[in-house]
Amino acid sequence: MAIKKFVVGSFDDEAVLFPAVRSVRRSGYKMHDIYTPFPIHGLDKAMGLKDTSLDTAGFIYGITGTATALGFISWVFTYDWPLNIGGKPHFSLPAWIPITFELTVLFSAVGMFLTFCYLCQMAPFVKKDHFNLRSTDDLFVMALECTDRTNEAEAVACLERVGAKDVKIDRRETRWWLGRYDKDTKMFGMKETEPVA
Amino acid sequence: MALLRYESQVRGSLIEGAKDYHQVTEDICRPVEARPSRLWWIGFSVSFLMLCFGILSVTMEVIYGVGQWNLNKTVGWGWDITNFVWWIGIGHAGTLISAILLLFRQGWRTGVNRAAEAMTIFAVICAGQFPIWHMGRVWMAFFVLPYPNTRGPVWPNFNSALLWDVFAISTYFTVSLLFWYSGLLPDLASIRDRAKLKWRKMFYGVAAFGWTGSTKHWQRFETLALVLAGLSTPLVLSVHTIVSFDFATSVVPGWHTTIFPPYFVAGAIFSGFAMVQTLLVVTRKVLALEEYITLEHIESMNKIIVLTGSIVGIAYLTELFVAWYSANPYESFAFLKNRVDITSPYGWAYYIMMGCNVLSPQIFWVRKMRRNLVVTFFMSILVNIGMWFERFVIIVTSVYREYLPSAWSTYYRPTIWEVGFYLGTVGLFFTCFFLFAKFFPVIAAAEIKHLLKKSGDSYKHNMGELETEPVEAFVERHGHDHGA
Repeated sequence: MAIKKFVVGSFDDEAVLFPAVRSVRRSGYKMHDIYTPFPIHGLDKAMGLKDTSLDTAGFIYGITGTATALGFISWVFTYDWPLNIGGKPHFSLPAWIPITFELTVLFSAVGMFLTFCYLCQMAPFVKKDHFNLRSTDDLFVMALECTDRTNEAEAVACLERVGAKDVKIDRRETRWWLGRYDKDTKMFGMKETEPVA
Repeated sequence: MALLRYESQVRGSLIEGAKDYHQVTEDICRPVEARPSRLWWIGFSVSFLMLCFGILSVTMEVIYGVGQWNLNKTVGWGWDITNFVWWIGIGHAGTLISAILLLFRQGWRTGVNRAAEAMTIFAVICAGQFPIWHMGRVWMAFFVLPYPNTRGPVWPNFNSALLWDVFAISTYFTVSLLFWYSGLLPDLASIRDRAKLKWRKMFYGVAAFGWTGSTKHWQRFETLALVLAGLSTPLVLSVHTIVSFDFATSVVPGWHTTIFPPYFVAGAIFSGFAMVQTLLVVTRKVLALEEYITLEHIESMNKIIVLTGSIVGIAYLTELFVAWYSANPYESFAFLKNRVDITSPYGWAYYIMMGCNVLSPQIFWVRKMRRNLVVTFFMSILVNIGMWFERFVIIVTSVYREYLPSAWSTYYRPTIWEVGFYLGTVGLFFTCFFLFAKFFPVIAAAEIKHLLKKSGDSYKHNMGELETEPVEAFVERHGHDHGA
């Protein structure tokens, strides 16, 4: 697969990271990703990432569970094998609430977890690059993707100017996961301008 | 930024000592990377031996049938179901801490949530053993599952509280497991990236699912955690509610009570927190994590123990009041004769329950006691004993003398295999916990890092400056700096 070039710099303080994200975006570089050891609230907005729709998916899975439970139990008890249980009505909705609730939660949770893994392309035995191993420890690692129009030296200088440490140019093979998020990381609210110089 | 990370100085710091992000990783990964201590080996061996004895006891029961237990026609649920409800109750604290306290934005949950969630999962595994082996012919356990079959087709009774229980507990187990594991991914990735040994790289590489810490992933991760917390909150309340339905939907005096659901849920949280205390007071010492599981955490949990203990106390007294006020002779017999009367065969059990669950936690109204580790540890054991007796009292004293005096049973006492089965699950629980403490990060490192600059000891002084700053100066400083 194609080899892509990235300019990678790391930050050790999130207070420096936020203004850096802003000025890097202003300069018009294509931000590939920022790898952080813990969730930083507001960073996704600062990077211009869209909200995730995982919660909507969770809702859809949930109502699927509700419908499955209600549909299945009413089919069993009113059509397939109606049982006389203490003379109570065959269609006894209140008694089905517990199972309906449990299946709603079960479907939603399992569905969301699998969707989460699918969207992030995560599974056991998957190995991924994230440029700097310390990004799961204490560094915030920003990777800019170099296009054919990018002046690499200029990009390195830009990252250094905004406070990044040991900035270097990194080559990575675009495997099936790298660059998968192009759609997700598309900026909004800001026009991609020509790189400076 | 300063405003986003503000936390009042009134709250004590949750992370002690001067830490930076790297130090947090070091501290939390140390137990995983170091060789287990002698204490760990001793604890693990003892637990494993207990587990072996439990396996022997269950084998005896499977070979010779439920007759190996001292259950009889009248007392059909004895130790077995007592233990089941006890373990399920213990399994409630983990999800309460991770879900409900997440929604309430309680910072102190981060120090203890990982271990408490793990405890939940192990406790539910232990609880699940009891109904399964109680079936006697355990190879027919699949009969409870609704699947197309050649027996009719006869479906399980979806109107039965016992079937609701199957659904509730299996859902609870699955959701807790997903919640716990998804939270573990970033920390497993930290260990993977630090690993020097080959097997460790491989093991944690597989376990971490290829987590990178990408911002987009974190965004999804947080959404997942929040929605799972929202789902788990009613779930955790529903599980013990449904367990209480096993009793409350029957017509047995002493079980047929409408206050059972809230009373059981409060009791479950009560015993769950007690077990968390038992484990964490020891764990923080053995793994040297006192700076992360601080007295502040211990105190918060003790507050919950005194609250839920008192709720349980009110429930006990309400039961007695209703037994008298209803003027129902069967109800009064069950409560006032079989339980409160100390001269009745099981009167002693009622008073152990009252003493351990209602009276003893009241000591935690005193701040000094809440922050005393020895008292906390001792109390947590007492509460667990008390909650075991609560279930024993509810189950055995209600059925051993029911409506028909001719069916009254003689004194029920367990056989060695019943006790062995119980000890076996205790062994299973601690074996799992010791393995967890060795191979997984006991504290959610990523969440601690997230809290560090807000609740960390060395960052608290910033809050002090912020608090004493006049409003005008604050506005002047931040007024034109939106976002960033």
